[in-house]
Amino acid sequence: MMRNTILLFGIIATFAIAMFGLTILPKMFIDEGVKEPTYFTPFEVTEGHRIFVREGCIYCHSKQVRAEGFGADFERGWGRASVATDYRNLLPHNLGTMRTGPDLANIGARQPGRDWHYLNLYQPRAINEHSIMPPFPWLFEVVSEDARPGREGLRLPEAYRIPGMKVLPTDEARYLVTYLISLDQQIAGVD
Amino acid sequence: MRTNLTKEKRKPVDPGSKQPNTLSVSELDRKARFVVMFLILSGMFWLLFGTLLALVASLKMHLPDWLGTAGWLTFGRVRPLHLNTMVYGWASLTGAGVALWMLSRLLKVPIMLRGYIIIAGVIWNIGLLLGSIQILAGFSRGIEWLEFPVSTMVAIVLCVIIMSASVLLMLITRRVKQLYVSVWYIIAAFLWFPLLGLVSSLPIFDTPTVQAGMNWWYAHNALGLWFTPVGLAAAYYFIPKVLGRPIYSYGLSLLGFWALALFYNWNGFHHLIGGPVPTWFVTISISASVMMVIPVVVVAVNHHMTVVGSFRAVINSPTLRFVVFAAMSYTFVSLQGAAQALRSANEVIHFTHFVVAHAHIGMYAFVTMMLFGACYYIIPRITMREWHSKGLIKWHFWLTALGIIIYTVALQGIGVFQGFAMIDPDVPFTDTVTMTIPYLAARSVSGVLMTAGHLIFAWLMFRMVYRPGEQPASPLIWNKIREEFAS
Repeated sequence: MMRNTILLFGIIATFAIAMFGLTILPKMFIDEGVKEPTYFTPFEVTEGHRIFVREGCIYCHSKQVRAEGFGADFERGWGRASVATDYRNLLPHNLGTMRTGPDLANIGARQPGRDWHYLNLYQPRAINEHSIMPPFPWLFEVVSEDARPGREGLRLPEAYRIPGMKVLPTDEARYLVTYLISLDQQIAGVD
Repeated sequence: MRTNLTKEKRKPVDPGSKQPNTLSVSELDRKARFVVMFLILSGMFWLLFGTLLALVASLKMHLPDWLGTAGWLTFGRVRPLHLNTMVYGWASLTGAGVALWMLSRLLKVPIMLRGYIIIAGVIWNIGLLLGSIQILAGFSRGIEWLEFPVSTMVAIVLCVIIMSASVLLMLITRRVKQLYVSVWYIIAAFLWFPLLGLVSSLPIFDTPTVQAGMNWWYAHNALGLWFTPVGLAAAYYFIPKVLGRPIYSYGLSLLGFWALALFYNWNGFHHLIGGPVPTWFVTISISASVMMVIPVVVVAVNHHMTVVGSFRAVINSPTLRFVVFAAMSYTFVSLQGAAQALRSANEVIHFTHFVVAHAHIGMYAFVTMMLFGACYYIIPRITMREWHSKGLIKWHFWLTALGIIIYTVALQGIGVFQGFAMIDPDVPFTDTVTMTIPYLAARSVSGVLMTAGHLIFAWLMFRMVYRPGEQPASPLIWNKIREEFAS
């Protein structure tokens, strides 16, 4: 039975030590600095984050900028290196591991205009013909040109226009864009 | 302990020596039949479902407007579901079935708690189904490798705990003195995975970067502490078994096992190189990743020296063909992983398709191929039937092997160029996308090949289970389950 004991003890011990080292220890080191500040996060931003997660944006867009000198993140205008306080304690985390599309940690500073984002979400090829981003038409409603007077539809290029109709962003699109515009790493740390 | 070591070295694997009270191999297999078939067949269902999702996701990468109006089929939902069904459906269920069967053979006791395992398997499948619907409906947990809602995850973990209980009971009541190396790996896997799942479901990781740390600790360990031990156990079992000769060195097996236990645990943070976490955590993981060279080389030498001189058998045996391919892939992918973790390499290939291909060598070329090989050995023995066609097994092998090779060459090849383009600020970002598109299309082609292989596998399995014109001995599934509880 000696053999069993050593085997079982070894299996549990190797796991427990690393578990402590890579989950509990980081928690002790990082949480302290992150939990202190109280973030004013508007409802639109939290909702936008939820939609960002729902549509799985993170599988193509990372949200972590590497420091100047490590990769070309800084030179591409993606902002200074990300720090733990940049994420406003919004969960789940979306640090991401893939850059099929560009990093979004600083997208608010790079593209502050709402219309650009609406167009890009409705039909990415309307902005960049080489884009392989999926379209998100369910975040928009297509209504007759006469409906909702006073609200102007998206300014789509000829190829994507629907005659007699206009495309309006829904609340979900507005939240998502508010969230995207809030991502700004020009400033040092978070407000 | 030392005496045991030397004794086992000389003992051939799974010797047929009959002790009193020991069930014969065929009796063990008969008892394992229903539960192992159930686990493997459910795994196969999720393999086919996951393959379909993989094709959709892969095609969408170069045809972004295809099915573009359906929210539930958007890339960002299909891709994570593909991963989750393959990981928790196919590889976990089939892997559990294979591991339980091997353990029953190695410990010479029937699989314990069979009725409970079947109930656990049913709950597991329902959990997967509900979780899949939730991901497609947009209720993903949003953490890579953990997209299933916590409810599904906890259900899966509880089901694994039932299997772990069975594994420990088998260990206690075993009819052999020595524990063969495969047994260590299987026991470790069944202790590590429930712990991993439980820790990852704890609500204590409540700030983003800490959660990211947990995320990659978990994701890397799911591969390293659940699929890798099961896969290696299968390699250690089937290579000597089919060749009829003992494993080359017991000492190397021991070193390989404990080095894996010691180093693999610490690898997770190499996914966060350059990220917003304290650098020293990352450095620990990089060192541990490099240290992984030890267990990998040790296992590779051990397997190679066992096979050496018998390469004809590798060509002729359907099982060995898959198992040896898988074992070689394990060596390749692990050494690649150690190199990838270095900061200088990671600077280039991080965030590119290179890493996607790397993950597929691990989960497909290693784990999935190993499970295919194991199925080809186990199923004739527990069903007492022969495979329908040897030629089709060959087709299965070559389609899947060629598929994953094309996948790897295409994506890792372009991944390196993509990486160098991305760290060159003079290259516009759009160019890093357009350059990959032909290779993403090649990936879809490789996906079609692998799908064809999976369909052949499914057809062979179907023929195995359903024989037209043949009357099953006991037709009712419920009677079977009642039997499992009674015995």
